[in-house]
Amino acid sequence: MKLTLKIWRQQDAKSKGKMVKYNLDNVDEDMSFLEMLDILNEGLIEKGEEPVEFDHDCREGICGTCSLQINGRPHGPDRKITVCQLHMRSFKNGDTITIEPWRAKAFPVIKDLIVDRSAFDRIQQAGGYISVGTSGNPVDANAIPVEKEMADQSFNAATCIGCGACVAACKNASAMLFTSAKVSQFALLPQGQVEAAERVQNMVKQMDLEGFGNCTNTGACEIECPKGISLENIARMNREYLFASVKG
Amino acid sequence: MSGMLKSSILRKVVMALSGLFLVSFLLLHFSINLSSVIDPELFNQWSHFMGYNPLVQYVAQPILIAGVIVHFVMGFILEAQNRAARGKGYVQYKGSANAPWVSRNMLLSGGVVLAFLALHFYDFWVHEMTYKYVDALPEDPARYYEETVAKFVPMWRTVIYMISFFLLALHLWHGFASSFQSMGINNKYTPALVKFAKFYAIVIPGGFAFIALYHHLNHLAH
Amino acid sequence: MSTLDSKVPSGPLAEKWTKHKNTIDLVNPANKRNIDIIIVGTGLAGGSAAATLAELGYNVKTFCYQDSPRRAHSIAAQGGVNAAKNYQGDGDSVYRLFYDTIKGGDYRSREANVHRLAEVSTNIIDQCVAQGVPFAREYGGLLDNRSFGGVLVSRTFYAKGQTGQQLLLGAYAAMNRQIQRGKIKSYTRHEMLDLVLVDGKARGIIARNLVTGEIERHSAHAVVLATGGYGNLFFLSTYCMGANVMAAWKAHKKGAYFANPCFTQIHPTCIPVSGDHQSKLTLMSESLRNDGRIWVPAKLEDAQAIREGKLKPTELAEEDRDYYLERRYPAFGNLVPRDVASRAAKERCDAGFGVNKTGEAVYLDFSSAIMRYGREKAMTSGMKNADDKTVRRLGEEIIEAKYGNLFQMYEKIVDENPYKTPMKIYPAVHYTMGGLWVDYNLQTTIPGCYAAGEANFSDHGANRLGASALMQGLADGYFVLPYTIGDYLSDDIRTGPISTETPEFDAAEQNVRGRIEKLMSASGQHSVDYYHKKLGKIMWNKCGMSRNAKELQEAMEEIAALREDFWQNVKVTGKADGKNQELEKAGRVADFLELGELFAKDALERNESCGGHFREEYQTEEGEALRDDENFKYAAAWEYTGNPRESKLHKEELVYENIEVKTRSYK
Repeated sequence: MKLTLKIWRQQDAKSKGKMVKYNLDNVDEDMSFLEMLDILNEGLIEKGEEPVEFDHDCREGICGTCSLQINGRPHGPDRKITVCQLHMRSFKNGDTITIEPWRAKAFPVIKDLIVDRSAFDRIQQAGGYISVGTSGNPVDANAIPVEKEMADQSFNAATCIGCGACVAACKNASAMLFTSAKVSQFALLPQGQVEAAERVQNMVKQMDLEGFGNCTNTGACEIECPKGISLENIARMNREYLFASVKG
Repeated sequence: MSGMLKSSILRKVVMALSGLFLVSFLLLHFSINLSSVIDPELFNQWSHFMGYNPLVQYVAQPILIAGVIVHFVMGFILEAQNRAARGKGYVQYKGSANAPWVSRNMLLSGGVVLAFLALHFYDFWVHEMTYKYVDALPEDPARYYEETVAKFVPMWRTVIYMISFFLLALHLWHGFASSFQSMGINNKYTPALVKFAKFYAIVIPGGFAFIALYHHLNHLAH
Repeated sequence: MSTLDSKVPSGPLAEKWTKHKNTIDLVNPANKRNIDIIIVGTGLAGGSAAATLAELGYNVKTFCYQDSPRRAHSIAAQGGVNAAKNYQGDGDSVYRLFYDTIKGGDYRSREANVHRLAEVSTNIIDQCVAQGVPFAREYGGLLDNRSFGGVLVSRTFYAKGQTGQQLLLGAYAAMNRQIQRGKIKSYTRHEMLDLVLVDGKARGIIARNLVTGEIERHSAHAVVLATGGYGNLFFLSTYCMGANVMAAWKAHKKGAYFANPCFTQIHPTCIPVSGDHQSKLTLMSESLRNDGRIWVPAKLEDAQAIREGKLKPTELAEEDRDYYLERRYPAFGNLVPRDVASRAAKERCDAGFGVNKTGEAVYLDFSSAIMRYGREKAMTSGMKNADDKTVRRLGEEIIEAKYGNLFQMYEKIVDENPYKTPMKIYPAVHYTMGGLWVDYNLQTTIPGCYAAGEANFSDHGANRLGASALMQGLADGYFVLPYTIGDYLSDDIRTGPISTETPEFDAAEQNVRGRIEKLMSASGQHSVDYYHKKLGKIMWNKCGMSRNAKELQEAMEEIAALREDFWQNVKVTGKADGKNQELEKAGRVADFLELGELFAKDALERNESCGGHFREEYQTEEGEALRDDENFKYAAAWEYTGNPRESKLHKEELVYENIEVKTRSYK
């Protein structure tokens, strides 16, 4: 398979950056997208050029590190997967593929296709936890029964991998899906109730401080989320936030 | 208001509530307009009531105007923030792959509706104000039907109204259903609610368009 | 040869840990504020240790090379976490978990450590539930369990196929709470490049800021290495791409002994290699073996036809299939431990029964489970005479609820629907039981340098049982290290802050800078990956699932030569003062090129077969592993002497006072 790649190259956070065109001809359809980039890089190194830097780690769709905007869509054309799970069989011989970093003011570019997503960490730090001690909890796990339906919903929200595709896809670069997934995980569990009001207020406050946009319910985040996190979580967070605001 | 502006969620709730208020106003407006097709007399009565009832004039009307202003001002603030949040844009961005056109173009549909409102205000509200307060003419409960019908004589105005109603429909198609989500309502009743909202988004603007067209054609026929 | 003091407390096995906790020195809360601890790695062990130590009051600095602590590779663990809760009432107990783990490890782990692990396992579940980890539950609202390889009870707690993710996010959340309190300072995109010793004690690290390229000095009263395993030595593995041995290896070179490097787990159920472009392998959780049956064609000609695409596996009649695990190990069947299952797959493929193009794959088939579940569901839904199609559909729904994400993952990679056609799997490198030697307190042979989780040689002996890695990581981090480290730090309450402006830090930084310069200035013939792939091939072919003396010797020579070549001819593009992934990789591969040689040496030295270490010279007539307890019942701890092949062996004799050492049998 022969491909033309248009890739965003940027030396560091301060540099300007531009799109650069590359041609690649020995692409196998069983390759993953990142393996295709490995081959490109191997070729660049051979020529003495600097390889394209991109974030990746587990290459099995769970760590949330990989983060490429491919042909205008986060994680590429397929649904419910990350870039590392995208395979070249989703493309055709002769295709031109545009590869860019996530774009959001809150995700500044570090180099080439790598962005800084520490804003997500700070949102979690603002309240994405249950304040229990970790050095020994005396309550037996089964002393807190949780309705299966609730536990499953909580789990579904908790499967967020923090990749940032929701922000990348959203025309407003909003982080509502990400934030609401964590808020929901705890809001759905009895253990999370005690601090629920404080948690949602602090996390939303931090989310706003980071400079993410406002949610306008376009639903793009849900479509592009590799883990299929539902928009219901955003509604839940809105609800939780309103109750918390009314409570004062 | 300043406290509300600080939180993205509350900003959205303000948007949703003001929007819902305007949606409900549309129904009232539509009912009155519809009467113009059924019975000119009834239309005159209602219009006169709306124009001279102190509660409507001094309480409801300011609230409505405030609602319109809040909805639009907040809409522009949100849009400005949202554009800033993207920062440097994409070379290629395929918005159509994951979100419907209407949801991504609320500024456009809303902007057209706003421009339309300016014309609409000029046509009716400014006229009313001039009649009542500038020229201080006496009350005339029978003038409304004729005045209204006269507005739809020119083709250009009718066309502008029709286009605006179409964009209003698009705006409502996303905005009405979306307001529930913004207020945290997403449960087993939501699908039915969304269906109703979309039904509303077609029927009400469609109805307005029908009435405008009716008067225009009615005039031509005579 | 010196003997190693494991510092196992005296007294009856079941009371050792409690007694130890009661008698070791503690640091009072006011003094903890004056003590700094560095933790390298933020997976389950590092993350949980950081959270707990910070909660206790120490000042913690965490380091990870990822952009967030949440991305450590613990996140990819799928199946579950063991705990001796006996919620199922199927006869489980702390003793049974302890026994299973020792036996699963083929009697090469330290008895007291394993018992402690089994004891604290129950706390892990309590802890995680309190933290809001959404474990799978039954309809009654209580926690659900499933069973894993090598055991006869159901003691594995899980969250679909994403247990590691949920547990890591729990630890990450606990860390976040402490970051918010200001008790943890988190350094992301930082890599530890050297350990700094002052007066023989670990007192800090040299780290590289991977974004700016700056070389930084960080001091502390103790350093905890929770940097995971070294399976990327094999290039192709189920590890994440960035996993490396750098921190542990640097500690090793500064005096920490490296134990049992050759004990590597080759996991039986991974997606087979598809071609030369492959960069990593993907695991299919062992939990699949609860319901999947492993088979190859019974006739060579059928295997041949399948490989050529002339025959479909679904067309093969039951009697033409060889369910070789069920045949060879009737008691445990498809649920034999990993090492046994992997070797059995290799044996069949070597004999010509492999089922993919490369001949290196076997089937993992869910059709009988689908029909079984489907019939059950049809009955309970009141459908007495459901047809096969309905039964199949119902069964597929149940399988999807249990393993949906794994099936989806498989389909994305292989482009085949595993509900309709059996999965193809083959063994792949998955975990390393070996690691830094630690005593009962998890301290390495360098005072003040601790190792936790997969980074230590720990509790799994020569083979780890499924769902035990998560258990060990969290046990070390939440419940063991926070106690034992206090014993050491109690001597440091008057030390005051450790200065980084000392000759020791100067020297370490100088050393690090020199190495980077050397990497950047090599002749530039071949890329880093070129060397890594070559190393991986040597390791897989000569130090993989079965080993022999001749090939191990060859491997040592080849690796040494490759290392020489690497330092002269590697090509590292870009600059050192900024983000440079090639430079990062080069440093990691350089360490693997040293460790690989020690790995082969250790395998060569161990003239027996045990657990994941299978020496062809030592096997029974039936091809089962032949252990030699008389001569090799020890942990091999290697001391660095300047060259991997000249490393000095120290033995820790393993004493089993509480269980009878037997030949492991799963028949």
